[in-house]
Amino acid sequence: MSNLMSQSTAVIVMNIRSLPRRLWMSLAMVFASAVVVAILLAFLAMAKGFEATMQSAGSDDVAFFMRTGSAAELNSSASREQVNLIENAPGILKDEQGPLVSPELYVIVDGVKKSTQQEANIPLRGLSQRGVDMRNGFTLTAGRMFTPGTDELIVGAGILREFDGFDLGQEIRFGKYTWKVVGVFSTGGNVFESELWADAKVIQNLYNRGSSYQTVRARIGSSDDLTAINEYLESEPRLTHEVQTESAYFATQGKSLEYMAIFGWVISSIMALGALAGALNTMYTSVSDRSMEIATLRAIGFSSLSAFIGTMVEAMTLAVIGSLVGALAAFIFFDGMNASTLGGSFTQVVFSFQLTSELFIQGITLALIIGFVSGFFPAWRAARVPVIVAFQSAR
Amino acid sequence: MSNQNLFELNQVAKRFTKGKETISIFQDLNMQIKDGDFLAIMGPSGSGKTTLLNLLGGVDQPTEGQITFDGQRIDNLSESQLAKWRANNIGFIFQFYNLMPMLNAARNVELPLLLTNLSRSERQKQVKIALELVGLSDRADHMPSEMSGGQQQRVAIARAVVSDPKFLLCDEPTGDLDRQTADEILQTLQLLNEKFGKTIVMVTHDPSAAKFAKQTVHLNKGEFVKAEELSA
Ligand SMILES: Nc1ncnc2c1ncn2[C@@H]1O[C@H](COP(=O)(O)OP(=O)(O)OP(=O)(O)O)[C@@H](O)[C@H]1O
Ligand SMILES: [Mg+2]
Repeated sequence: MSNLMSQSTAVIVMNIRSLPRRLWMSLAMVFASAVVVAILLAFLAMAKGFEATMQSAGSDDVAFFMRTGSAAELNSSASREQVNLIENAPGILKDEQGPLVSPELYVIVDGVKKSTQQEANIPLRGLSQRGVDMRNGFTLTAGRMFTPGTDELIVGAGILREFDGFDLGQEIRFGKYTWKVVGVFSTGGNVFESELWADAKVIQNLYNRGSSYQTVRARIGSSDDLTAINEYLESEPRLTHEVQTESAYFATQGKSLEYMAIFGWVISSIMALGALAGALNTMYTSVSDRSMEIATLRAIGFSSLSAFIGTMVEAMTLAVIGSLVGALAAFIFFDGMNASTLGGSFTQVVFSFQLTSELFIQGITLALIIGFVSGFFPAWRAARVPVIVAFQSAR
Repeated sequence: MSNQNLFELNQVAKRFTKGKETISIFQDLNMQIKDGDFLAIMGPSGSGKTTLLNLLGGVDQPTEGQITFDGQRIDNLSESQLAKWRANNIGFIFQFYNLMPMLNAARNVELPLLLTNLSRSERQKQVKIALELVGLSDRADHMPSEMSGGQQQRVAIARAVVSDPKFLLCDEPTGDLDRQTADEILQTLQLLNEKFGKTIVMVTHDPSAAKFAKQTVHLNKGEFVKAEELSA
C-alpha cells in the first residue's frame, strides 16, 4: 500500500515535471476550464446577488398584506376602509399613536439608466414616517427626509448610482409633476434602495388614487401571529387580502432570477463539453507523449494503477488550476459588479453580483468533473500501455 | 555461483496475431540460461531477439510452452504478478537508455527502490553505491540532457542494478554509442557479471560487443543456429 503511494507519488511528480513539454496544450486545457468556470460563476453570482438583494429587504416581524391573487405590490390595492380593518387585526403591535401599520402606494415612473441611456421603470413608493421606520437599516446618507404634504422625495442609493438626474437638490419631472430630491437613503444594499420614496398622501393626490392605497405593512411580534391574522382575514368579508411575512414575500421575489442560475448551468455545461473535448485531446496527447516513460516504469515493475493515477491527477490538477484561475477572474471582474434588472414588479432592481464560497465550490466541482472525465479515458489508456513499448526503437 | 539453470524455456511458441494474419516468431524453442552466465544473442533484424528478451523479462508472454525462472513458472503469471516479479528479479538496460528526462541521475536510479519498503535514507545509500559502481558519483544531480550517451547508459545500468536483481537484460545496450564508449559500457557489464555474479543476457548486432560475453548464440528466423551456418 505504502508502495503504491510512493509509486504514484513518483509518477505524479514526473507527470507534472513533464508538463513543459506539453505547455501550450496544457495551458489550453487550463484556459478552457477557467473560461467555463468563470462563466458559470458570473451567472450564479448574478442570481445570488439578486436573491440576496431581495431577501435582505424582508423582515420576519413585518406582516405584509396584498390583495389576494396579486403577484406583486404593483397589482395590489387596499381602500381606506380596508386599511382601517387591517389596523384592527389581532397581533399587530401598537404604540401611543396607535397601531404600527404602514399603508403604502407603489407607482411606476421613468428614469434614464446611466449605463445604456435608456428609459427604465423605477418604483415611486408613497409612505409615511411609520413606513420608513419599518425598514431595517434605513439611514439618510445625504440631505433630509421629505416633508409630508410636499412634492419632495428621497432617492435610494441604488437609483442614484444607476440612473441619471437624481442628484441631491435636483428637480425631476414625471409626467405633469415636478419633484424635488431632498435626500438620499440607504437600506444596506437591499431592494428598497432601488426606489424613490415620497409622502403617500401627495401621491394619492397626484395620481388620482382618492384615499386608497396598494399594500399594507404592519409590525407584528413574530411570524406566529400570522395564524390569528389569517383567521381574522377570513372572518372579515370586507377584506380581500392575504398576509405573509415581508421576508416570505421577498424570498419569493428573489427566486425570480433563479432561472439565471439554471441558464448559467446550461450554458457552462455546453461549454464544458467543448472544454472536455479539448481536455481529452490534451490528456491523450499526454499519454502518448509519455508512453515510453510509462512503459519503462512498467518494465521496472511499477503497477499499471500508478500510471492510471498519475494521469488522473495530471488531468484533475490542470482542471482545478483552471477553475481557480476562472474563479479568480470571476471574483475580480464580477464580484460586487453593479447591475440592474427587471424585478417582479416590472421595475428595475439595482443589485450587485455576489460570489459566495458556496458558489466557488460549485465552480470547482464543475472543473473536477471536467478533470475527471477528461482524465479517466486517457488514464485507462495509460494503464494499458504495453510494456514492450519500452523496447521499441522507433521514437 | 552454482551451475544451476536460472532460466529454462520449454517448447516455447510465440505468435503475433494482427487482424486475420498470424506471424509465428518461435516454434518449439528450448533454451537454458545458467546462473552466472553472460550470454550474447545475435542475429539479423526481425529474427526475434527482442521478442525473446521480452519473454525472458516477463514483459510479454509465450503463446505456448513454459518458462521457468529459478524453478518458478512465470509464463502463467498475471500482469500484476509479473510486474512484482520483474521488480524483484530483473534489471533492464535499453538501447535508448529510457531515463526519465525530468529526473536527475540519482532520482532515476532511485526509481526501482520506490517499489521496496526501504526508507528514504536507505534508498539514498543504495543509489550512492550504484552510481559509484558505474563511476558517476559526481553526476548524481545532473539531468539526463546534461549527460553524454555513455553517461546516460551508465545511469541506466545503475538503475538496473540498484535493487540488486539476479538477472540483467540488455537490448542493444551499445547500439547508440561510439566504439570506445561502448567498450566502457561492456566492461561495466562484464564487471557486474564477474564480480557481482549477475546473470546477463544481451542482444546485440555488434560482433565485437558479443566478444565481451561468455558465450554467444545466433538467432535466425526464430531458431538458434551455429555461427558458421549463419554466415553461409
Ligand atoms: N507486438 C508485435 N506485433 C506483431 N508483430 C511483432 C510484434 N513484435 C514483434 N513483431 C514481429 O516479430 C518479428 C521479430 O521482432 P523482434 O523485434 O523480436 O526482432 P529483432 O530480432 O529484435 O529485430 P531488430 O534487430 O530489428 O531489433 C518481427 O517480424 C516483428 O515485426
Ligand atoms: Mg530488437
